[in-house]
Amino acid sequence: MTPQACCPRVRGVWTEVGIHNNVKIKNKRLSWCIGGGYRLDVENIKVILATDCGSTTSKARFFMKIGDEFRYVISGEAPTTVEAPYADVTLGVRNAVREVEELTGHKLLSPQGIIISKQSNKVGVDLYVTTSSAGGGLQMMVTGVASTLTAETAERTALGAGAIVMDVMAADDGRKLYEKIEKMRSLRPDMILLAGGTDGGNISHLVEMAESVVAADPQPRFGLEYQLPIVYAGNINARDAISKILGEKYVVKIVDNVRPTMNIENTEPARNAVHELFMEHVMSHAPGYDKLMTWTSIPIMPTPAGEGMMFRVAAELYDKTVIGVGLGGATTNIYSVYEGKFVRSVSANLGMSYSICNVLNSAGVANVTRWIPFEIDVRDRLGNKMIRPTTIPQTIDDLVIEHAVAREALRLGFQHHKLLARPLLGVTRSQEEMFQRMLDREEYGKTYIDMMNIDWIGGTGGLLSHAPDRVQSALILIDGFQPEGVTMLAQDSVFMMPHLGVLSTVHPKAAMEIFDKDCVVHLGTCIAFRGTLSPIKEQKIADVQLEMADGQVMDHEAMFNTMTRIPLGVGESAHVTIHPVRGFDVGSGSGKSWSGEITGGVAGVIIDARGRPLELPTESLDRRRLLLEWLTALQVYPPEYLDHLSKEAQ
Amino acid sequence: MSQAFTPGLKRKTLERIVKTRFLPIEGEVLVEKGARVDATQSVARTLVPGKVYSYPLAPLLGLQPMESLEGQVRVPYQLERYLRKKPGEAVKEGEVIALNQYFFGLFKKTFESPINGLIDTYSNYSGSIFLREKPEPLELSAYIPGIVTEVFPSEGVTVETLAAIIQGILGVGGEAHGEIKVVVSGPDELVTADQIDAECKGKVLVGGIGMTEDALQKAVEVGASAAVVGGMPRAVLGAFMGYEIGVAITGHEEVGLTLIITEGFGHIRMSENTFKLLKRFEGKLACVNGATQIRAGVVRPEIIIPRLELDIETTQIDDEADLLVSGLVRGTLVRVIREPYFGMLGKITRLPVDPQTVETGSYVRVLEVELETGEQVIVPRANVEIIEE
Repeated sequence: MTPQACCPRVRGVWTEVGIHNNVKIKNKRLSWCIGGGYRLDVENIKVILATDCGSTTSKARFFMKIGDEFRYVISGEAPTTVEAPYADVTLGVRNAVREVEELTGHKLLSPQGIIISKQSNKVGVDLYVTTSSAGGGLQMMVTGVASTLTAETAERTALGAGAIVMDVMAADDGRKLYEKIEKMRSLRPDMILLAGGTDGGNISHLVEMAESVVAADPQPRFGLEYQLPIVYAGNINARDAISKILGEKYVVKIVDNVRPTMNIENTEPARNAVHELFMEHVMSHAPGYDKLMTWTSIPIMPTPAGEGMMFRVAAELYDKTVIGVGLGGATTNIYSVYEGKFVRSVSANLGMSYSICNVLNSAGVANVTRWIPFEIDVRDRLGNKMIRPTTIPQTIDDLVIEHAVAREALRLGFQHHKLLARPLLGVTRSQEEMFQRMLDREEYGKTYIDMMNIDWIGGTGGLLSHAPDRVQSALILIDGFQPEGVTMLAQDSVFMMPHLGVLSTVHPKAAMEIFDKDCVVHLGTCIAFRGTLSPIKEQKIADVQLEMADGQVMDHEAMFNTMTRIPLGVGESAHVTIHPVRGFDVGSGSGKSWSGEITGGVAGVIIDARGRPLELPTESLDRRRLLLEWLTALQVYPPEYLDHLSKEAQ
Repeated sequence: MSQAFTPGLKRKTLERIVKTRFLPIEGEVLVEKGARVDATQSVARTLVPGKVYSYPLAPLLGLQPMESLEGQVRVPYQLERYLRKKPGEAVKEGEVIALNQYFFGLFKKTFESPINGLIDTYSNYSGSIFLREKPEPLELSAYIPGIVTEVFPSEGVTVETLAAIIQGILGVGGEAHGEIKVVVSGPDELVTADQIDAECKGKVLVGGIGMTEDALQKAVEVGASAAVVGGMPRAVLGAFMGYEIGVAITGHEEVGLTLIITEGFGHIRMSENTFKLLKRFEGKLACVNGATQIRAGVVRPEIIIPRLELDIETTQIDDEADLLVSGLVRGTLVRVIREPYFGMLGKITRLPVDPQTVETGSYVRVLEVELETGEQVIVPRANVEIIEE
């Protein structure tokens, strides 16, 4: 029996590799069929279409095999139509795909949807995949027993699955039970992840939490017919009780404990369950998604999951420790791949349009305006961006203001990320290890991320992808994350990381080729020094020597609180030797030299001698003058604009 | 061609308004299809379950966990042996609802209800009892006067009317009603506290470029129902509400009145035509709602002015072109919604096909607009909204 006969909604080019598992399955195509003996025939795939259904815009990306490699061809975009009056996500997808049709002359649409199974060179595709965050994405509530142990693990699990976590409840979170019940009732989660307790331990808190869910009776946003799915990933001893308490009213999926012992974190089974339930229950109830699911070759993935997938690919491809950011209109997603550990955090309250005022509120006006080299009251401007989120800056002043907010969104998002990227708490350690940690003065619960060890920082999202000059993105990443040592910088060229992420699940080769050749814009390398001077004074903090590939040698004295941009183009490399003065560290220790190969990019090499942690003058005029010096040195904005501001700051 | 503009806010002198009124949970519908209803008339009602409190009954009664079977599942307790009332039954504060007598009845432990309410449920797993406060009645009004056109048993109704409608850009507070009272002489006037008096009680006040914080407080004191202004500095709104809005999802604030901003943040002149429309209907009933949601289902605050003088069944409304479908074309009236021409009205004179570079250096699709001042300007297509009239 063919995949199509068994699973009528299978789309794509399938090759029999073994005995097919003759099981009738609804809406589960890929994993079952692959498990059953079929695989996607990647060898014969030549034309790929990928879309992302965002909250505001549906974005289509068209890829083709040209010669021996896959390349990005063109994009199409259109407003997302999941909300009233359209209430059908496929309309926006069609509009976006239609733009691709118009621009390429390649027919992609039929009255039934996307044409799969390429019929000729100019008709149809071999593969269609999509991600989605429309309608707010996957919104989950998470519970655990101990807030810094199982609840934190559960939160990491949900985030890793691409969800927005609306609330994390724990027995010790300080709230009374009735408060938790009231909160649960007011939230409208698409799904709940119930975790807590190591295997074999006490089940009373878990049972109490399950009973609270029943008492709260949370109403999901998809209406009364929608049965709320609950993933139970806690103490195995409580499974029977949980099934009994919740099974009648909810769709309960029981999986392995995310924290079976204190020393082990096992999030994969729960993450997979979330994905599965996301497709089966959440997506199938969102307007038009049942139709969209019949178009795709593989299950729809939440956008952040696709994004995260691609940052992991980047870490693997370049063999580097990676920090990535998806700076969106409503959320800031941050990803880290550090010593093999992948962590994703979602700051659902920090974004560049819908939640731009949350950034302002959280950071404070002073922290936003400290990045702006002119005097302005930003509150009303940002308020107007919040209520008209799809507008774009027309004046450079407006652009500078948005970039200032972006820095704060990154800074705050990264702070949140570091709370999750930390060693497992509660883990039993040997006495020797504990003693050593005491000697090193390691704080309990501190993040394991050391910026000196980060090799590569990448950014995606509308603001970064659409920055008029790439050096603006580079500086936003530098100011937001404050990398230390030698760090490569990159950004997503036209926002296609989620598309490539979902593609990588079935065609990793194509995804990686497109990622490396067309997605990633190599911004360059940042050289930054840990250490600072107080009070701020003019002093050399390092000698930097660059030896170019053509033999040319460039020597540079890095003066404290300066920034310098040295041209080194995409694909170019140089050998750099850095001699920091005592008190400054560039990766080998305080005052110790570092040398190695660095690569260039559109922004070249940026020598950031401002020190770490970065401090800006509190006095307004001094601060503005310093900002203008840096912006001018890096040529971030048009020179006549910066000249004009410099004259005003005299 | 994809739509790349911000759909505009409504401003119409006559439209058929249909409002769906649904209870949050099942209840009782009070009206029949075809009935005429007033704006404040109840059309449905229900009882909203009260707060739930959990108490560790087993330890309070001194019970020790024992293994027993409930169905196929082992449970530590059998609380029903000690309860004097069943789930669903009412309890009074102080009433003994559970009793454990032991040592041949010589000793006893009791559990008295801490609340007036009812027993929600109990758990033999955890040994807890859940008590729920008394349910609170919830009445759902029609919101607009009109005719009930559809009834959804146990859930709600739809109500239809003919009305003028104005949408704002941001609001706070929920539904409110009142007669329209224009307290300024023009759309560019600021409302100050001395313009608010006892005559404003129950009214929907109309201002110009904004209201001072004192004026807002005075409006609350005198009992005004709502206020509609062109602009409001974020600082003033934040001071009035006690916090700064971070995300534009509003409607549940209890700040003493419903506030609707028609143009944006800052002191911004109310649109001339919006002001004229409100002035025209001064003294008439307005049904307003400050609820706003910018993402995941856009909801804009509204001022609905029922045209009670018209017969809903016989009045014909001219079909207007759906501007959302036709999009931006030459001659379309638009408002610029971003600097440097924020708030200015104009007509589209040209729609270049190819993207152009704007001041920021971005390469975007633009249009040419002749502003009301006569100036011809280039504006990104994303930075205009269509004026729907």
